[in-house]
Amino acid sequence: MSAALLVRALRDPASVTTLDATGWNGLIAAARAERLIGTLAFRLAEIAVPPAVQPILADARTDAAREARQALWEADRAVQALRPLDVRVILLKGTAYAAAGLRAGQGRFIGDLDILVPRDRLSAVEQALIAAGWEWVKKDAYDDAYYRQWMHELPPMIHRTRDRMIDVHHTILPLTARPKPDAAALIADAEPIADGLYMLSAEDRVCHAAAHMLADGDLQGGLRNLWDIYGLLAECDPSLLDQRAAHHGLRAHVQQARRLALALYGDGARLTLWDHLVRARLLARDGWGRETRKALVFAFFLRSHWLRMPPLMLARHLWTKWRKGHRPT
Amino acid sequence: MNHALTLRIGPATFRIGAAWPQPIAQLQRLYAAYPDVTGQVADFTVRLQPTSMVRRWVRPSIFITGDHGLADAAPMSLSHGLLAAEMGMNLQMALGWRRHLLLHASSVEKDGCVLVMTGESGSGKSTLAALLGERGWRFMGDEFALLDLDSGAILPFPRLVSLKNRAIDVVADTVGQAHMGPLLAATAKGDIRHMVPRADAVARMGEGAMPALLLFPRFGHAPDIRPVGQGEIFMRLTQASTNYVALGEPAFVALTRFVRDVPARAIDFPTGEDAIAMVERLWEERA
Repeated sequence: MSAALLVRALRDPASVTTLDATGWNGLIAAARAERLIGTLAFRLAEIAVPPAVQPILADARTDAAREARQALWEADRAVQALRPLDVRVILLKGTAYAAAGLRAGQGRFIGDLDILVPRDRLSAVEQALIAAGWEWVKKDAYDDAYYRQWMHELPPMIHRTRDRMIDVHHTILPLTARPKPDAAALIADAEPIADGLYMLSAEDRVCHAAAHMLADGDLQGGLRNLWDIYGLLAECDPSLLDQRAAHHGLRAHVQQARRLALALYGDGARLTLWDHLVRARLLARDGWGRETRKALVFAFFLRSHWLRMPPLMLARHLWTKWRKGHRPT
Repeated sequence: MNHALTLRIGPATFRIGAAWPQPIAQLQRLYAAYPDVTGQVADFTVRLQPTSMVRRWVRPSIFITGDHGLADAAPMSLSHGLLAAEMGMNLQMALGWRRHLLLHASSVEKDGCVLVMTGESGSGKSTLAALLGERGWRFMGDEFALLDLDSGAILPFPRLVSLKNRAIDVVADTVGQAHMGPLLAATAKGDIRHMVPRADAVARMGEGAMPALLLFPRFGHAPDIRPVGQGEIFMRLTQASTNYVALGEPAFVALTRFVRDVPARAIDFPTGEDAIAMVERLWEERA
């Protein structure tokens, strides 16, 4: 299993010195598929690797540097667009880690710009972004209504000329999820980074990453989320984190995230049966970069819908999507 | 994957895996003269996998993917498996290559200088490069010309030449059937046949040279030669590059130098013979 190889290389960079060409091919394919190739390249910066591997890792580092530059420019543009509103722009996930120079940001792939703003300022933020050149991606009225009624963010927008997406959050989990994080507290305790940019507090960063990984979604990209968590844990106070997670209703999620992070990337941890299942899902990737364990992956896909919606609502949603021609892949 | 092959083309190494034996067997035959890189670390992984579990056996259908892929890539019939493999390699280069500026162009070399030809599919750039490769020029590539960011040299990427429709017979008559792949009838781009580049093109595939002339060929028009302004050249080359934006400032610097230093012409031609005569004349006059 090459996902396991990837995890081992991130945990113990020196372990790659024993790899043969097949091992390297599997490691690189898995790292690319999990969008951890940049992170891996940074982890292996001090390790002697075969000559054929050096340019692959150097390319990944260059790509990561460009990702970070673009992400910071996008954040700068959003702050500029929202300046007249006097709203704190709180960066979430990758862009925040890159802006603050956190360990989790090193080499990290950064997709969209994610920001958090108070829910009562959402429509003003939306108008300001549209005036500054962002436009809707989803043209579908059902999707648009779904986001606005049930999600923790506005429907995604994309910038007309720069072609980059922004997700405007008002909290960190869908409104239909069972845990109800305290969005006002997240915003009140945010920390300044620089130039009008803010990020969540160290403890809230872990709560958000754990909620995103374990209380929402189907664990696609879970190895990367867990790597984030592993790095973020080192920056916070364990007892404060415990209190904070309990306050947000995320205690079990944060504890599970910590166990998994230590088991995969750290010195190990005792895992529960449920942890083992999540771990098996996280490692479902072979030496060609293909997803394996299809039944397990599909089960987590079903679970992601279950987490987001009560049964009746889920049935209605799937029926609507099916009629529109969507099929699970 | 069950069937696999590692290939080196120019500076890039590809590990190609397929769920079926046929595409790999065809690649093995046509790339037989290329360096043996079995068991080496590859720059890219290409996967030719079934579009669904059923489609592995029933009316086999290929989904082309790999390290880099497009979620909405059109499925292909197994009878077009060779084309799928070539497209899979192109996809990796187009989306993932960072060591040179990629220009969607063909290129040939003579006397240590490179002629670069760029244009859309159907412009005749592949056919021209293939024909020139049979007439004293060294074939360097029909799909991507790799511009070195530091030296400004063009590096070869001499994969199989992909010939379409009417070009197939023109070239097959010149090079002989032994150097041709199977006819892939009725693909999305019409009929396609691949041609194996000559031995010198493969033997010297690590060897670049400085560009000396840039042409914008256009097949199917009355003969004409036009100058092209540097601003237009620059814009057309940025559009002809898949990694210009990703490479950032070094790509801007390298492309600016290329446009400033390399003379360029647009040429229209009704037949391959006309085109070759025009190219040879412009080559003589380039200084």
